[in-house]
Amino acid sequence: MSEENKRQDDLPEETAPEKNAAPEAGRHAEKHHVPLIHIAKRETLPWQKAWGIRAAAILLSLVFMAVVSIVLTKENPFRLYGYIFQASFKSGSRFFRLLYETAILLAIALALLPAFRMRFWNIGAEGQVLAGAFASVLCMLFIGDKIPSFLLILVMLAAGVAAGALWALIPAVFKAKWGTNETLFTLMMNYVIICIIDASIQALFPKGTGTMGIVNGSSHAGWLPKIGNNYLLSILIIAVVTALMYAYMRYSKHGYEIQVVGESRNTARYIGINVGKVILRTMALSGAICGLTGFLLTSGYNHSVSTNTVGGRGFTAIMVCWLAKFNPVFMILTSLLICFLQRGASEIASRCQINASYGDVLTGMVLFFIIGCEFFIQYEIHFRKKERETAHD
Amino acid sequence: MEKQIAIELKGITKRFGSVVANRNVDLTVRRGEILAILGENGSGKTTLMNMISGIYYPDEGEIYVDGEKADIGSPKDAFDYKIGMIHQHFKLVDVFTATENIVLGIEDGKKYSLADAEKSVVEIAERYGFRVDPKKKVYDMAVSEKQTVEILKVLYRGADILILDEPTAVLTPQETEKLFAVLRRMREDGKSIIIITHKLHEVMAISDRVAVLRRGEHIATVETAKTTESELTEMMVGKKISLNIERDEPKGSVDRLEVRGVCCVSPEGIKLLDDVSFTARSGEILGIAGIAGSGQRELLEAIAGLQPIECGDILYRNPQTKETEDLRNKTPQQIRDLGVRLSFVPEDRLGMGLVGNMDIIDNMMLRSYRRGNSMFLDRKQPKDLAERIINSLEVVTPNAETPVRRLSGGNVQKVLVGREIASSPTVLMAAYPVRGLDINSSYTIYNLLNEQKKNGVAVIFVGEDLDVLLELCDRILVICGGKVSGIADGRTVTKEEVGLMMTKVGGNVPEPAERGNET
Repeated sequence: MSEENKRQDDLPEETAPEKNAAPEAGRHAEKHHVPLIHIAKRETLPWQKAWGIRAAAILLSLVFMAVVSIVLTKENPFRLYGYIFQASFKSGSRFFRLLYETAILLAIALALLPAFRMRFWNIGAEGQVLAGAFASVLCMLFIGDKIPSFLLILVMLAAGVAAGALWALIPAVFKAKWGTNETLFTLMMNYVIICIIDASIQALFPKGTGTMGIVNGSSHAGWLPKIGNNYLLSILIIAVVTALMYAYMRYSKHGYEIQVVGESRNTARYIGINVGKVILRTMALSGAICGLTGFLLTSGYNHSVSTNTVGGRGFTAIMVCWLAKFNPVFMILTSLLICFLQRGASEIASRCQINASYGDVLTGMVLFFIIGCEFFIQYEIHFRKKERETAHD
Repeated sequence: MEKQIAIELKGITKRFGSVVANRNVDLTVRRGEILAILGENGSGKTTLMNMISGIYYPDEGEIYVDGEKADIGSPKDAFDYKIGMIHQHFKLVDVFTATENIVLGIEDGKKYSLADAEKSVVEIAERYGFRVDPKKKVYDMAVSEKQTVEILKVLYRGADILILDEPTAVLTPQETEKLFAVLRRMREDGKSIIIITHKLHEVMAISDRVAVLRRGEHIATVETAKTTESELTEMMVGKKISLNIERDEPKGSVDRLEVRGVCCVSPEGIKLLDDVSFTARSGEILGIAGIAGSGQRELLEAIAGLQPIECGDILYRNPQTKETEDLRNKTPQQIRDLGVRLSFVPEDRLGMGLVGNMDIIDNMMLRSYRRGNSMFLDRKQPKDLAERIINSLEVVTPNAETPVRRLSGGNVQKVLVGREIASSPTVLMAAYPVRGLDINSSYTIYNLLNEQKKNGVAVIFVGEDLDVLLELCDRILVICGGKVSGIADGRTVTKEEVGLMMTKVGGNVPEPAERGNET
């Protein structure tokens, strides 16, 4: 090192031409011209430290949130924190609502998990859930009074799961056969189902307000039975799905194949995995779980369908997946965090009579810190030491 | 004859981790000459040139341009010294025209005028005898036109020293001739041309001097007119050194795998394999020698069921059932279902043979995870296997749960070879199994292959080190441009003979004029 520095100093002026190329010299320059900030990948950090950094990030985000809120709204930040907690913990029903929202978001994220593990960027969960919800509602509408309710629920479940799977299989077939871009395709499928639902509601209720209203409001045919409250059964079902999905990804041969296909197509080919088949199977599963979620939304809670039934959760779930680094157990935490923040944000908006978007801004701030801190877990940053020190090392 | 020296390299060394890509290289390039850099794959030709063109920075040594010490830290610096490199893989924007690609990234402070740029592009092209349509989009261009654009890009920036990395690899013989004509005209214009190649006849045809590299070291620079192909071959592959790898006489060999007239064609219509025939016998190591990219990979992949073949047959004689199975165009799964115990150590270890992000245990399962009717995985047996391989092959790893990408190259290879041998194959194919490995790990692999040979396995070994091939193999099949140029007895053939066969089909026979099958 010292030798090279010396050599550097010995350079006559003319041979070091007026370079303003220092920044792009980057990685080669490390040894020669030590840059001001040097970023290097860390060895794996012990988990305590990693979680320490994450906790610090959340704390920092709360402080930052408080400062911004004081400047913009002149509210006492501790009252804002209070509202956030009240939104989820003020009453038993609010708490269950939080758990329910978490469960639904988690279910969609779980549906995305196998696809993402396969590096199949399914961003069509919104549409796949809608397809499932729509199919379930159609069953309620048309055969609601013809068969017993428990049978109806099973038919709705089957229809929802099948519709979700179908909606996911269409782009999967194109990907497997012709290598089309799955991201665009699945995204577009969202808009297709939205239009179909819009058009169907117009056709089914020509004199209405363009909405469907509660289906079977008096007979409750096709409504999921209540256990305690509206939420608990759905939460339990999704808890079971979570456990199954964990086992599927970790211990099943299918899960193993998904991982191999995702990591390296070439390896999959080499050991004789039929890549197309795995894509189709996995997307059918991904769509089926979305369809199941759609069924739970309609049969268990909404008893109706509109283009807003899923409300963007199909996209939020993508973030849940990534934040948790595709680990189903962490996904429970990330979806809980996101739902907690969203509920808190809307509470602030309504209590302080601020524009509802401000709540989203706050959520964004917290997520920014949480996502940003991963950088500091992955990399360490060195600042240039004083010239004297580098010259003598 | 003595011309002014343009570039001088003094004691250049470049390391990548523990691998030394260039060691203490001295080299001079003169004004108005064409210098060929000759060497086998992995001999450090491209790395050396990348240091002149600013892609890499040397760990040790100095570069002088026109006698003055130069500090080339980026391709932009290189252009300041009027050095430009044309890479093997083109770096063009598909939706831009030729001219747009050429002026891309230039900051000369002048007003941006595409019309002016087009004019000077045509001017430069005419001066050197290029044919180019400055308004043509890159996606409409043939490979040779793209190369022309790359060369013009460098000339437009005023380069006086041009480095071409295997420029003829993608060209037909006619296009090669045209390129050579252009290069000669540039030389007359006083420019220095460095051309990287491993094709001897091209060296003889175009260059004024040849610098030979072997294993990262500069062997010699000689004047082309005063040397011969066989002399260059010897410098390129090195003098015979004794390696003392044990080699027993094959015992009770029977035909195990017969490849008959196999050919296959790339999606672009280039012939990758052309009428390849040979027989691999049990209890014998069949070496495959050839310059990299001559069809070795395609041949092994065709046998393994990964590369569709156009014609020919691949016949496997099952030692248990005594039946002959045709493996032609079967998937790896179908081949396995026939009871063919074929193991394959591919060239691309982490990209094909193993999954880098999975731990050793999960990588052990790649071949065997389907076993049993349960829908769940059995990790017990793979874990035992992983432990066994770690112990017996002395794999250096914290534990069996370590992702294989964290292991060093030699240990990765031990894991892969260990797994492939564990399935007790009857045919074992290994492509460049010791590439990048140190001496000790290499010998571990040679011993494993020899052990398999003793067990009656038909071993097919694709290698790049001729010394090793000559020491290890019972027979050596030499492949050149997708064709078999000969099968030699590993005990009697000389390195020079193999070297010549590698560069020409049929050894000493003069080269036929039409040779369009290069990859």
